[in-house]
Amino acid sequence: MAIVQTRALTKVFKKGELGAVNSVDLESREGEFLVLLGPSGSGKTTLLRMIAGLEEPTSGEILIGGRVVNDMTPRERRIAMVFQSYALYPHLTVLGNIVFPLKAQGMEKGERQKKAEWAAGLLGIGQLLHRKPRELSGGERQRVALARAIVREPSLFLLDEPLSNLDAKLRASARTELEQFQRRVATTTIYVTHDQVEAMAMGDRIVVMNKGLVRQIGTPAEVYDEPADTFVATFLGSPPMNLIDLGEVTVGFRPEHFFPVTHLAGQAAVPADMRADARVGPYVPLKFRLSHEEYLGAERILYGQLEGGKFDGKPAVSRMSSTHGAVYESGSVHAFAVRQEDLKFFDREKGTRTEPVPLS
Amino acid sequence: MSALGRQRWLGPAMFLLAILYVVALVGVPFVLAFLYSVGDVKVGSVGYHFVGLANFKSVLQNPTFLRSLRNSFVFTISSQVLVLLGANILAMALKNVFPGRRFVRFLILLPWVAPVSIGSIGWKWILDSLYSVINWVLIRFHLANEFSPPMYLGEPKLAMISVILVHTWHMLPFATVIILAGWTAIPKDIPEAAEVDGAKFFRKLFQIELPMMLPIINVAVLFGVIFTFTDMTVVYILTRGGPYDTTQVLPSQAFFTGILGGDLAEGAAISLFLVPLLVLVAWLMLRSAHRAEVT
Amino acid sequence: MAIGLKARKGFGRVVHVLVLLFFSVALGFPFYWMVITSFKQNPDLYNLKNNPFIFSMKPTLDHITFLFRETLFLRWFGNTLFAGFCVVVITLLLAVPAAYALTRLTGRWGGNVGIAIFLTYLVPPTLLFIPLSRIVALLGLQDTLWSIIVVYPSFTIPFSIWLLMGFFKSIPRELEDAAMVDGLTRFQAFIKLVIPISVSGILTVVIFTFTLVTQEFVYALTFISSASHQTVGVGVPIYLVRGDVYYWGSLMAACLISALPIGILYNLFLDRFIAGFTVGSVK
Repeated sequence: MAIVQTRALTKVFKKGELGAVNSVDLESREGEFLVLLGPSGSGKTTLLRMIAGLEEPTSGEILIGGRVVNDMTPRERRIAMVFQSYALYPHLTVLGNIVFPLKAQGMEKGERQKKAEWAAGLLGIGQLLHRKPRELSGGERQRVALARAIVREPSLFLLDEPLSNLDAKLRASARTELEQFQRRVATTTIYVTHDQVEAMAMGDRIVVMNKGLVRQIGTPAEVYDEPADTFVATFLGSPPMNLIDLGEVTVGFRPEHFFPVTHLAGQAAVPADMRADARVGPYVPLKFRLSHEEYLGAERILYGQLEGGKFDGKPAVSRMSSTHGAVYESGSVHAFAVRQEDLKFFDREKGTRTEPVPLS
Repeated sequence: MSALGRQRWLGPAMFLLAILYVVALVGVPFVLAFLYSVGDVKVGSVGYHFVGLANFKSVLQNPTFLRSLRNSFVFTISSQVLVLLGANILAMALKNVFPGRRFVRFLILLPWVAPVSIGSIGWKWILDSLYSVINWVLIRFHLANEFSPPMYLGEPKLAMISVILVHTWHMLPFATVIILAGWTAIPKDIPEAAEVDGAKFFRKLFQIELPMMLPIINVAVLFGVIFTFTDMTVVYILTRGGPYDTTQVLPSQAFFTGILGGDLAEGAAISLFLVPLLVLVAWLMLRSAHRAEVT
Repeated sequence: MAIGLKARKGFGRVVHVLVLLFFSVALGFPFYWMVITSFKQNPDLYNLKNNPFIFSMKPTLDHITFLFRETLFLRWFGNTLFAGFCVVVITLLLAVPAAYALTRLTGRWGGNVGIAIFLTYLVPPTLLFIPLSRIVALLGLQDTLWSIIVVYPSFTIPFSIWLLMGFFKSIPRELEDAAMVDGLTRFQAFIKLVIPISVSGILTVVIFTFTLVTQEFVYALTFISSASHQTVGVGVPIYLVRGDVYYWGSLMAACLISALPIGILYNLFLDRFIAGFTVGSVK
């Protein structure tokens, strides 16, 4: 088990420009599944590669197990890595791939064979040992890559978007397999992805990154329910959080928290002429003019505009379960509402989270 | 003819002329070489008489020929081994970008790009019996006797080494370029995976990178073998096959016998000994190309 | 841990520089030597007591003037340029359509014909030159530049076809399909669309064909007997001599002038050549 730490870690590729990774402070917990999440170019892969030792930091420190490893080669850091393409050695068999790290360690043949069979068994690929990588399917290749990684019993696992090369259907089952695998071996894992669904499903904690900066570190619930800034708020969740500029603040509320007034518990009748920004108990009423709807099977997504008061003309999205079968005509106006506590407030200029502000 | 029908003969029409040209100037002489070797053709002769294997018998009994045959193999294998070694090392030094790389590449390509004859005559000057700059340096450092310095083109053993080294010098850039292309074809993350897996420099090189490049290295070697085995220019210019025919090779021997000596039939017979090796190399190349495509 | 990362890197850098230095000198030295020799006065050049690496007497242009005025060098140069030009034209006319046809119009067996054509490139001149000398004589072309102009395409065409097939393969079929939907015939699409796009590939073929012509030795030596009809590749090493004595100063100057321009051109086009080469083999 190892705790990975980075202190003010920075990587600048071109002098004078913003770095790919800017002064990142990170600390992982033992045995946790830590996800680095962000769009492409956010620096997450560069960060991973620096931890692996494949990229040299411009400044800052990397610590593994309490020791500064900046000067250590990947080999010396006792980590294992699974690349996006899996990077299987094409001229070796599956068995040859798995025992390669053991050979490099100097392990003798009998023990190598035992360990390889153990790793293969763990991943259910025992029958593939004599095939070559080109004969394997995408899912099988992923398992070989994992077997090769686990066979050394490393203190740290690094995974670089290993699911992105699989097709959509396979991805879901591969994801579950990966989660179970990690839980079984209980090795600290750092996982890079741009897919927020993957991050939310798999991660114990998520590091949300953008343009080389860490925006927030937290559990899935924390980053989703209490985003630290507008970037995190809109990156997680699909469709993204509704953001409405209002003077010096930006108000945000998630589509699933924006629903017809008739859904309110208690069903207190709300006067139809109530102004949009007046408070009714803990709810804020918002008139919503529907423009179109998407029916996704289990869900319905409603697109439209807010009407009246401060929010007039601003676009909004609502998301509700299909079990609510009410019909909403395009162009019709309805009384919707959001709970006061579901409103998140952000500084309009900087985008960071601020204290709630009264709306009237 | 319908549009589609016209299309069907457009293809063959477009390459027919090229094929005819090549067949006429490669295929026909190739067949003729066989015919001459079993005939009695000489420069200026008119008729043709079939003489069976008489030319081959005469050739095989000639000690000079046997030495040429041996030399061809010795020169080719020696220079190719040196080229393989040198080209791999040089390609590794060139694969990453560094300041001045373009200029170094230009310099390194010169032995291959310059006509072989030009390069050879340049070496002939460097290896000159009287004025060799190498000898001047050796004498200065007291490594050679001023009054009997090494005669690089005049003593049989040294002459052979000189020919081998000039061949190596000439072929090295070609092999390097091909192997360099092989390096760039390796996906970046495989050597990285090897590093993470614990492989240091030499293990990574010999167990991962070189095996992946084997098909391309194969191609470079096979080309090199053909170009060296069938080359007469280096020998002709450096030594004319001397001293006393000790550096003759098959192609130069064929030249001296067939063209300068006028005995076309015997010259053809000698040059036909190149064919078995060519066939072998062509077969190996096709097999290697087929394997590379399957991967 | 053994050696630190920084130390290992430094050591690696030193080895790297040493390797580059060694090969640069080993491969480039003869050309450097050509430069020195070309400009050294004869008394300096042939004096064993003088340091050959420096100029003990003033450098001179005598060798170069001698080369241009008193030898057939310029003649050979002109011959080579002329032959090169003719061979390039013949090669382009035959190889470009052939390569296109083999890439686009022939399906599976087209590829095999392509390979067969390439294999003919491997048939060496030192096997064919004896019968060819007879054929050349029969055609009445012996001792003329036309002999090599006719014979050289026999190896420049296969080579060029192979190179061009690689280039053509990289052009998406959809381009010509779109043109044909718009009303062009296949041949018109070839002329108006494919050739303009392939200009860089064709240029590469021109350069490489030209260098193949300048590098050739065996056929020129065999077919051409009089000095004034010779090419540079044969004339320089064979005819810049009186009796047994070589005119080393002028010889080296001639070598430089023959080698450097080709070297520069080749270097410029090498990247494109490699791109074509790897595209061709990695379908």
